[in-house]
Amino acid sequence: MIRKPQIELRPSPHIHAPVDVVSIMRNVVFALLPVFGWHVWMFGLAAVATLAAVLAGSLGVERLVCRLRGENSTLGDYSALITAILLAMTIPPSMPLWMSFVAGAVAIGLGKAFFGGLGYNVFNPALVGRAFVQAAFPAAVNTWPPAFFEGRFSGLIPSNLTPPLMHPPSIADWSMKVVDAYSGATPLAMQKFQHQQTPVWDLFFGGVTSYATGAPAALIIVCGLYLAARRMLDWRIPLSVMAGAAGLAAILWLHDPAHYPDPLFVLASGGLMLGAWFMATDMVGSPVTSLGAVVYGLLIGVVTVVIRAFGGMAEGVMYAILLGNAATPLIEHFTQPRPFGAGRRRGKGGGA
Amino acid sequence: MSANPAKGPNAAQERTWDVFAEGLWRDNPVLVMMLGLCPTLAVSNSAINALAMGLATSFVLVASGAIVSLLRSLIPKQVRIATYIVIIATFVTLVDYAIQAISLDLYNALGAFIQLIVVNCIILGRAEAYASRNPVGRAVVNALGMGTGFTLALLLLGSIREILGSGSLFGFNLFGPNFEPWVVMILPPGGFIVLSLMLVVFNLVNKRLGAAVKQGGGHGHAA
Repeated sequence: MIRKPQIELRPSPHIHAPVDVVSIMRNVVFALLPVFGWHVWMFGLAAVATLAAVLAGSLGVERLVCRLRGENSTLGDYSALITAILLAMTIPPSMPLWMSFVAGAVAIGLGKAFFGGLGYNVFNPALVGRAFVQAAFPAAVNTWPPAFFEGRFSGLIPSNLTPPLMHPPSIADWSMKVVDAYSGATPLAMQKFQHQQTPVWDLFFGGVTSYATGAPAALIIVCGLYLAARRMLDWRIPLSVMAGAAGLAAILWLHDPAHYPDPLFVLASGGLMLGAWFMATDMVGSPVTSLGAVVYGLLIGVVTVVIRAFGGMAEGVMYAILLGNAATPLIEHFTQPRPFGAGRRRGKGGGA
Repeated sequence: MSANPAKGPNAAQERTWDVFAEGLWRDNPVLVMMLGLCPTLAVSNSAINALAMGLATSFVLVASGAIVSLLRSLIPKQVRIATYIVIIATFVTLVDYAIQAISLDLYNALGAFIQLIVVNCIILGRAEAYASRNPVGRAVVNALGMGTGFTLALLLLGSIREILGSGSLFGFNLFGPNFEPWVVMILPPGGFIVLSLMLVVFNLVNKRLGAAVKQGGGHGHAA
C-alpha cells in the first residue's frame, strides 16, 4: 500500500487565478453577443440561419475530429462557437446555407484540426473558413443583401434555401421588392469603385441604412474594451492595427485626397474594427511579446490599407490578418525580451 | 536469369506481389514517399489530365526501369545519373510525341509537365534505388506497382477536384446546369487541400489496418 503523503510536493506556481480557456472563451462570446445582435437586427432571420449553418459545420467537424482522435469532446470550450460567430458575421447572410455550412466545416477542419486543435492553429480559423469560401464561391461571397430590409424577421432570403451544391438564384429581383433602392455594394466598394463616400459619422454610430455594412465601429470598440479591461485581449494589437492603418491612410490621403479615403473612413469601414479587436487578437496566432504585438498590429494595419488602396479588392483585412498570423513566429523571434542581467542586447529589436 | 534462391512457386509468387504492392500501397509514391508532387498538384485539376499524366509517367517508369536494369552492369558508377537521365529522356520524348499525336487538347492541358517527367523524382529514384540493383523482371514489376500507385493517387485527386471544381467527371456533367463550381478546387490551393485530406484518410486507414493486423496475431498477414 502506498500511503498518500501528508504534504503534497509540487513545482511552482502555487497560486492559480481562476482563469482558464473556457472562462476566457465564454467572455469573448459575451463580448461578441452585442455585435452579433446588431448583425441580426440588420439582416434578421437570415443572419441567424447563417450562424446556425456555420455552427452545424464547425461543431460537426470538431466532434468528428475528437472522435477520430479518441479524445474527449472539446465542444464545451466555446472556441468553435467563437469561430462560428466571427465567421457568420463576415459572410453575407444571403449566402446559401450549404455554403455557410462548408465555411464552418473548413474553418474548424482546415484552420484548426489539421494543425492540432485549439492552441496550435497557426491561422485564425474563422478567417481560414472565410478565405476558403472567398476562393471557392467568389460570386456568392461578394453579394451582400440590402440592410434593414422589409420582412427580415419573418422569413429568410430566397437564396438561403438553395439546394446543396447548386447555384444560388440572383437576389436582385427579390431585393427590389423589399427595399426602395438597392446597390448590392458595401461602403468600401462604393468608395473604391464608385467614389461615393459614406459619412464617417454614420459608419461609427450605425447610421448606415441604405446598404450592407458591419456593426458600427463604436459598438465593436466598446465590446473590445470590455475584453481588454478584463485582460482577455492584448490592447496593443487593436491599437497598433488602427495606428498602422490610419497612418498609412493619412499619408495617402494627404498626398491625393480626391482618390484615397480619409483615415477615419478607413478605420470605420469594412471589417477593420472587427478584425482589429476580435480576429487579430486571437491568442494563438498573435505574438506574446509586447513589442511583437505592436509590430504585428502595425503590419496588419499597413497591409490592410495597401490591399484596399492598390489591390483589386475593396477589403483587405482578412488577408492582412492571415499574413500577420504567418509572420508571428518570425516577429516573436526578433522581439524576445532580454532577461535581466543577461548581457548586452544582441538583436536590433525588430524594424518597422 | 540469375540463380535466385527460390523457395517454391508459392513463395516466389508472393514475393512478386510484395514487389508490386510496395508502390501500390506500402510505399505509394504520392501518399507515402511524397515524391513527384509537382505534376501531382499541377495537372490534377481534372480526372482526364490526372489519368493521362499517371499513365505517361507509368510508361516511362516501366520502360526506363527495364532498360536501366538490363544495362546495370554496363553503366559506369560515376556517370550513372547522367545515363539514367538520357534513358528516361528518350522515353519521355516518345510519350511527348505520342500524346501530341493522340490528343492535342490533352497535350495543351498538360503543358510543360509532360517534358518535365524527365526530372520526376519517382523515376530517377526508382532507377537509382531499385532498377540498377535488381533483375529485369522484378524491376519491371516494381515499376508497374509504383506507376499504378502513382496513377491511382493522381486519378483520385483529379476526380475529387473535378467533381467539386467543375461538377463533372471525365467531362460528364454530374449535377446539371445549376451546379455551383468550387472555383478553389481547380486552382492550386485546391490541390494542396485535397491532397492533405487524402493523406489524412490514408494514414487513418493504415493505422486501423496496422491495429487490425496486430490484433489478429500472426494469421492476418498472409492475404
